[in-house]
Amino acid sequence: MTEESEAIRAVRLRHPWRVLAAIVLVLLLALFVLDAANRPAFGWAAFAQYLFDPRIMQAALNTLALTVYSMVAGVLLGVLLAIMRLSPNPVVKSVAWLYLWVFRGTPVYVQLVFWGLLATIYATIDIGIPFTAPWIQFETRDTIDVFWLAVIGLALNEAAYMAEIVRAGIMSVDQGQNEAATALGMSWTKTMRRVVLPQAMRIIIPPTGNEVISMLKTTSLVAAVPYSFDLYGRARDISAATFDPIPLLLVASAWYLAFTSVLMVGQYFLEKRFSRGIGMERQTRRGSDAGRSGAVTTATGPVPGVTTTAGASSAAGSGSVETDGNEPENRPVDPGQTPTGKESG
Amino acid sequence: MTAMLTSERRSDQAAAAPGSGLMVEARGVSKSFGTNQVLRSITLDVKRGEVMCMIGPSGSGKSTFLRCINHLENIDAGRLRVDGRLVGYEERGDKLYELKPKVAARQRRDIGMVFQRFNLFPHMTALENVIEAPVQVKGERKGVAVERARALLERVGLSGKADAYPAHLSGGQQQRVAIARALAMEPKLMLFDEPTSALDPELVGEVLDVMKQLAASGMTMIVVTHEMGFAREVADSLVFMDGGVVVEEGDPREVLANPQHERTKAFLGKVL
Ligand SMILES: Nc1ncnc2c1ncn2[C@@H]1O[C@H](COP(=O)(O)OP(=O)(O)OP(=O)(O)O)[C@@H](O)[C@H]1O
Ligand SMILES: [Mg+2]
Repeated sequence: MTEESEAIRAVRLRHPWRVLAAIVLVLLLALFVLDAANRPAFGWAAFAQYLFDPRIMQAALNTLALTVYSMVAGVLLGVLLAIMRLSPNPVVKSVAWLYLWVFRGTPVYVQLVFWGLLATIYATIDIGIPFTAPWIQFETRDTIDVFWLAVIGLALNEAAYMAEIVRAGIMSVDQGQNEAATALGMSWTKTMRRVVLPQAMRIIIPPTGNEVISMLKTTSLVAAVPYSFDLYGRARDISAATFDPIPLLLVASAWYLAFTSVLMVGQYFLEKRFSRGIGMERQTRRGSDAGRSGAVTTATGPVPGVTTTAGASSAAGSGSVETDGNEPENRPVDPGQTPTGKESG
Repeated sequence: MTAMLTSERRSDQAAAAPGSGLMVEARGVSKSFGTNQVLRSITLDVKRGEVMCMIGPSGSGKSTFLRCINHLENIDAGRLRVDGRLVGYEERGDKLYELKPKVAARQRRDIGMVFQRFNLFPHMTALENVIEAPVQVKGERKGVAVERARALLERVGLSGKADAYPAHLSGGQQQRVAIARALAMEPKLMLFDEPTSALDPELVGEVLDVMKQLAASGMTMIVVTHEMGFAREVADSLVFMDGGVVVEEGDPREVLANPQHERTKAFLGKVL
């Protein structure tokens, strides 16, 4: 039997319902767009007028700055907390746990209000030996302005979430990696920096990308501090004067959407960078000698963690707000529904 | 390394070696995990240049013993010396002091370890794996390290694979890179923990060949293995462990052909 097998030429199965559903969806969408374009309430003329308004552009920059500063500080503190949680020292571990408990257990909005009240709670910041006269004393109100209070509030909250993400990443790295590095004489820090963290990055980056996107939107809550020069705050203030909130909400949304789109592209490239050497899995371990040693069978399977990214990265792809599946999260992100609306002044 | 490459049979070296002839000296070494006593008063000597094979059923404590030698585990009782120095402790007066992590790490540099599951760093190429420790731990210049790494990769028959990532190498190739990586630190003792157990049968030979060549060059080696052919051909001594004790020890050909203990007989009956 050397002849070539016959290629399959069959009549393709038709999916009439799929086609129908698609048509209905497209029609509905077209209807909505047509209607929206002509609906006066959306105020497209005002939208066009304010989209590149200098005040809005400055506010967009402020929102970006809030996001970047909070995120950088949040990631650094998160790594520290993650390492603390993995520490063998029970006190260090508990302190980290306590931090997560408080900062994940209270709404970020409430935390931001607290930060706004910092100067009321602690009128001065003293540096020196406790219970003695301070060496240096700052007036809290003069030292830290509301922008930085907002950054502190967002960053400390973010750190709690990043800590869990980093910890999951570190724990996803095979223990054998640690062992091999240690056996080569590498110190704990070297092992972390050169071996464990680079591999953990693959697990850490997808949810971190989501965190950045989520942070960008959470900055709309800084009115709680109150800081009002961010994108949403500015849009709200302008519309308070024009008595026409809808076009400015659209303006703010357009900017948020533009930023998140750019972030999603950046995330894609970062993910590619950190899958170095692991992108192409290949089965190299088999339990072929299993009969001789019980341990061999456990060695089967791909490098741990490779599959676990799938869920998170697909969530990133769809621009979802959730950090990852196992963290119940309830951070308000819709600018239109925040309770800040009435206190803009 | 070059001296090692060119040296003749190891017995000559062992005779010429300075200090006591012992590379590893275990005296009553014991180790428990919780209530599970895994090593029960192990007493063993490994001479400089000797190749010792260890066999024994699963769970008998072979891996744990190797890990103790490399101080990946602390021992609970007894004394364990490598090249005359206590592992993980320092003896001052009649007291033992635990070593600082830095000093313990320095001790490990001189002991190479090869794992059943290779444990190559997957985010680094073969070459990067081999130069990692010399550059990062010893502070060797990168150019020097690369040159030596290339020589080592050639020695294990992988000169063409320097830029390949572990995921693109076969199991046998990965294990040979792992051996090169360990050798790059110029260890005086090599520990192998079932280096061929995770390999397809047709790949076992290439790894054993590298190990044979290493043995012939005079390296002191402790090899946990179930490759009886390797033990018979290469090893100077064979240790049979069971339940955390050394049941039988001697010339590999003799032990394999003519085991003295019932437990050894039963075990060999199953694996041979
Ligand atoms: N880190 C650990 N914590 C608790 N128990 C351990 C640990 N490592 C090993 N053990 C136990 O010690 C015993 C000996 O294990 P070890 O790995 O040394 O055996 P082995 O002789 O190498 O077996 P194998 O042939 O399966 O590799 C086993 O019962 C194992 O469960
Ligand atoms: Mg073992």
